[in-house]
Amino acid sequence: MNTTKMDRNKGNEQQIQNKISVNDLNLFYGEKQALFSISIDIREKGVTALIGPSGCGKSTFLRTLNRMNDLIDGVKISGDIVIDNENIYRSNDVIKLRTKVGMVFQKPNLFPMSIYDNVAYGPRMQGIKSKKVLNQLVEDSLKSAAIWDEVKDRLKSSALGLSGGQQQRVCIARAIAMKPEVILMDEPTSALDPISTLKVEELIANMKKDYTIVIVTHNMQQAARVSDKTAFFLNGEIIEYANTETIFSMPKDQRTEDYVTGRFG
Amino acid sequence: MPNHSNEELVSQIESSNKRKYFLEKLSEKVFLFCSLLSVISLLLIIGFVFYKGTHPFFAEGYSFIEFIFGLDWVPSEDKFGILPMIVASIFATIGALIIGVPIGLFTAIFLAEIAPKSIARIISPAVQLLAGIPSVLYGVFGLAIIVPFLQNHLGLAKGQSLIAVILVLAIMMLPTIVTVAETSIRAVPKTYREGSLALGASPIGTIFKVVVPAAKSGIMAAIVLGLGRAIGETMAVILVAGNSLVLPTSLTDSIRPLTTNIALEMGYAFGTHQEMLFATGIVLFSFILILNLVLAKIGSKGGK
Repeated sequence: MNTTKMDRNKGNEQQIQNKISVNDLNLFYGEKQALFSISIDIREKGVTALIGPSGCGKSTFLRTLNRMNDLIDGVKISGDIVIDNENIYRSNDVIKLRTKVGMVFQKPNLFPMSIYDNVAYGPRMQGIKSKKVLNQLVEDSLKSAAIWDEVKDRLKSSALGLSGGQQQRVCIARAIAMKPEVILMDEPTSALDPISTLKVEELIANMKKDYTIVIVTHNMQQAARVSDKTAFFLNGEIIEYANTETIFSMPKDQRTEDYVTGRFG
Repeated sequence: MPNHSNEELVSQIESSNKRKYFLEKLSEKVFLFCSLLSVISLLLIIGFVFYKGTHPFFAEGYSFIEFIFGLDWVPSEDKFGILPMIVASIFATIGALIIGVPIGLFTAIFLAEIAPKSIARIISPAVQLLAGIPSVLYGVFGLAIIVPFLQNHLGLAKGQSLIAVILVLAIMMLPTIVTVAETSIRAVPKTYREGSLALGASPIGTIFKVVVPAAKSGIMAAIVLGLGRAIGETMAVILVAGNSLVLPTSLTDSIRPLTTNIALEMGYAFGTHQEMLFATGIVLFSFILILNLVLAKIGSKGGK
């Protein structure tokens, strides 16, 4: 009796901590269906990894969370995505959504401007003009992204002169500068060398106490290292979603086991 | 040890290879010759124009300064001053830029970034077709539509004027600006746009803060090419300029740019008069050369 009650309490707590709730999400590229009835709750302040073979829809799903798929012609979506009790596809304020849900892309995509201007870009677009505020914001963001010491003497030089790993961390700083609550990462280390990858992973581990992070990765060790929960995608469906440990040590579904043990994908 | 037949095969292959190498060399030479033709033509034209054009100043005692800054062009009285034409060319070109660049740029941005495919499919070929229209037809259009319009609505005695030239040139430079700028805007990596939008920037904000700055060198090249088109245009200008030899002081003045001066008078000029027309050509050529240097500078910057 007692334990049941406690479990239920625990369950309720879990419910409150959910940052993102996705319910019966279907996505079509024209006639082709790419996501099938996705339902998933993503907890607040933690790392959720999306794994699965190429073309399984994990990046597509990630991009529904900040409506980046809106940019592609012919994308149709049904179902609900609720972030902080707000259905993001009912509201038309995409800009507000994207200030709240930041994104880091597969390849570093810093703009051809100075490091400072890159990090200050988002806040400036929101109308922040005060130099003092921007300076502080840039410094804080770069510090949070653990890249401040490497770039503090060259803030005014072109961001494209940095190494790939540094660029990616500045990209993360750029996302942080928007003070988002959720940060989506689409294979953030796939274009980086092992040492840069390690640094980004450390950074993710440090960031998870402040942000809700959803990361798509091809690298299963990475998912195992950085994430708290893992969702396994296959052919546009979520096959299994559980604590990362469970997924990697005792998956329930045979297909998950085959994938995480490297039998396919 | 290789046997006899093997050796034969090897020698056969060798000889056929020799033939191949010879053909390779020969075709390289043919290509080289063809590509040299344009360089030779360029050198011949420059040499000829400069030889003829500099003759009065070196051999006949005319002052180059007076030529550039002289206000009167009266060949029969031995007066050769082209300042009014230089000013006319510059004014006409700058005026055309002021009108043509924003329109061209916005068209390019619209086509590359905003327009739905179905609309871009109509506008894009239309703009390209504009480039293919012979310049004399622009002149005829200007003469038949723009000139009478100005005459009636601005109350001018003569509609052929600086403003008419500006309008015609602005239309003529559009295809150049639109095509080059559009190409450079399209070449901006998609990831920049995504990055900007993901940071909560609006689509228009993204265009002006990220896409256009990233395409800056291409857009500058578009403007310089449009400029070159405007300053070198002759045929359309002759028809709408009015060709009066006065220093233009207002938009409604009839003007004679450098190009039309050459085209109008070369047919009957001889002696010093003719050489002075070549000298006019040198001035025109210098403008174009400067533009090209600017363009090359922009190009090298963009490559960084």
